[in-house]
Amino acid sequence: MDGTRAAKGEPIIRVVGLDTGYDGVPILKDVTFEVRRGEVFGILGGSGSGKSTILKNMIGLLPPIRGRILFGDQDIVTAEGDVRERILSRFGVMYQSGALFGSMTLLENVRLPLETATDLPGDAIDLVARMKLELVGLEAFTGHLPAELSGGMQKRAGIARAMALDPEILFLDEPSSGLDPITAASLDATIRRLADGTGVTFVIVTHDLASIYTATDRVILIERRAKGIIAEGDPRRLREESDDPRVRAFFRREPEPAGT
Amino acid sequence: MAAFAVSDTPQGQRVVTLTGRLDAAALQQMWAPVRAAVAADPGRPVVVDASGVEYCDGAGAALLVELLRHARPAPVEVRNLRPPFDALLAQFDAKRLEHDLDPPARRVPFVEEIGRAASQVARDLRLQISFIGETTAALVDAVLRPHRVRWRDVWRIAERAGVDALPIVALISFLLGMILAFQSAVPMKRFGAEIFVADLIGLSMLRELGPLMTAILLAGRSGAAFAAEIGTMRVNQEVDALTTMGLDPVRFLVTPRIIALVMMAPLLTLFANVVGLVGGAVTMQTFGIPFITFFREADAAVNLQDFLAGFVKTFFFAILIGGIGCLRGLQTAAGASAVGDAATRAVVSCIIMLVVVDGLFALAYYMLDI
Repeated sequence: MDGTRAAKGEPIIRVVGLDTGYDGVPILKDVTFEVRRGEVFGILGGSGSGKSTILKNMIGLLPPIRGRILFGDQDIVTAEGDVRERILSRFGVMYQSGALFGSMTLLENVRLPLETATDLPGDAIDLVARMKLELVGLEAFTGHLPAELSGGMQKRAGIARAMALDPEILFLDEPSSGLDPITAASLDATIRRLADGTGVTFVIVTHDLASIYTATDRVILIERRAKGIIAEGDPRRLREESDDPRVRAFFRREPEPAGT
Repeated sequence: MAAFAVSDTPQGQRVVTLTGRLDAAALQQMWAPVRAAVAADPGRPVVVDASGVEYCDGAGAALLVELLRHARPAPVEVRNLRPPFDALLAQFDAKRLEHDLDPPARRVPFVEEIGRAASQVARDLRLQISFIGETTAALVDAVLRPHRVRWRDVWRIAERAGVDALPIVALISFLLGMILAFQSAVPMKRFGAEIFVADLIGLSMLRELGPLMTAILLAGRSGAAFAAEIGTMRVNQEVDALTTMGLDPVRFLVTPRIIALVMMAPLLTLFANVVGLVGGAVTMQTFGIPFITFFREADAAVNLQDFLAGFVKTFFFAILIGGIGCLRGLQTAAGASAVGDAATRAVVSCIIMLVVVDGLFALAYYMLDI
């Protein structure tokens, strides 16, 4: 993998001074970072560090305690009504379990957002949905129910559904969790191919090192005790060049340094 | 905005020129006419000139794939699509998308459907019989070795199924007593026989309505809860985890629930009987019959045998509700609607079986002159 893959484009999301947590108790304080158009951006951290909480803030499921999350000049934290709808229509989300609707076939799952958000004729919706499934290699499983597929296939179908409306940004929550190395690698390759081929910006929450090195361009690493970002940049360079023992430990898969 | 133009060259080619933004909005207006322009003359080669396309997303690519995917005698070719969009289009194999590779399953013929349903019923019956056997064995084991029963679970379930059900049982029984009293007092008053309303309510509550109504309420509350709870455990593979740990799901999950219900159903029925009589007595106040007269009359009309005839049934009802609720939970299939289906099936089966068993009791009591 090319270790010097350049950061692309202008900022598409800016997170500014974010305090986040539950019931008013912050688990992360003053988090600031930006995601650039066309890149695969990773939010990394150990279990319980708050990376999924940041994702929930970014997709508008959980309001942060303080701070702004800007898509262009619109803040999803304060947006309401049509403005919020417009921001939400710009992104797709794949949840950790795939979150496919169990009573619908894969094709119906991908058709659903197209049917609700567009006025396209039925056969056009059908073709677009099948093309999305082809992008993730599931064109031969359109008539299957999610329960009839493996975990990796369900996640890929989740990506296809998230891409149905051609979003600018795709958020993926732990895409490789629970997958075998080969399936995880093929999912990483799919993400990389989609990012390079379709120009979609990816924001991935993960702690899977193999995926981080293969799929992401730039990452932030958050840490529970620091309650914030402890490193930001190209993961391959962070692994080699960081002076911070916590960062080196994470990227080299070593036990937590003593006294930190 | 997107636009298209169709022209035919002297060399016999049809040129479809696309310009502007090819996205979902464009697709909406161009889908039908552009397809028609290409499909109209299958023998004529078609060139789709995309040099004027400024933007193309997944929906736009779908239009181009639609033009390319259908087999026709003369070829269709897309030319001059700009590099980033060209790369997007290259990700799709138009010929593979010509036909659905995984078409929906064919509709099952009617006769086959009947056969499948019959075989399902037979399978279900076999499962139920084996479940009754397993549950009986587990209950006998619980009686012989009570220390092996998970009593903490039993008390927790008893509280939820019994104590927490008191308000609803009280409300329904009280109203039932009132309604019965009112409905019967009006016609009986014409004969000056309204005092016998106490006999009617006493007998019907103790022998029939008290046990049956309590059982139906338990089926709706606890039977459904058992099915949903065990069904969710099944979906989350918790039942599999129990099995692999060497713990019998019937002993671990079913026995405590049935024991809890067997303890609670008779107590709830006693409570329902008393509250129902109070409801009747309250109504009869308005007909000029004081409480003391009502209860003396009811006491004279009802004997221990009547009370026991109703009370004995509650134990059978409790086993039935607990057993069916748990069985439906253990039978839960995969999928989002499965737990809901299990709860629905539990309630429906419980109510049907309660009425059937109650009918059998009525028949037996008649034959035995009880």
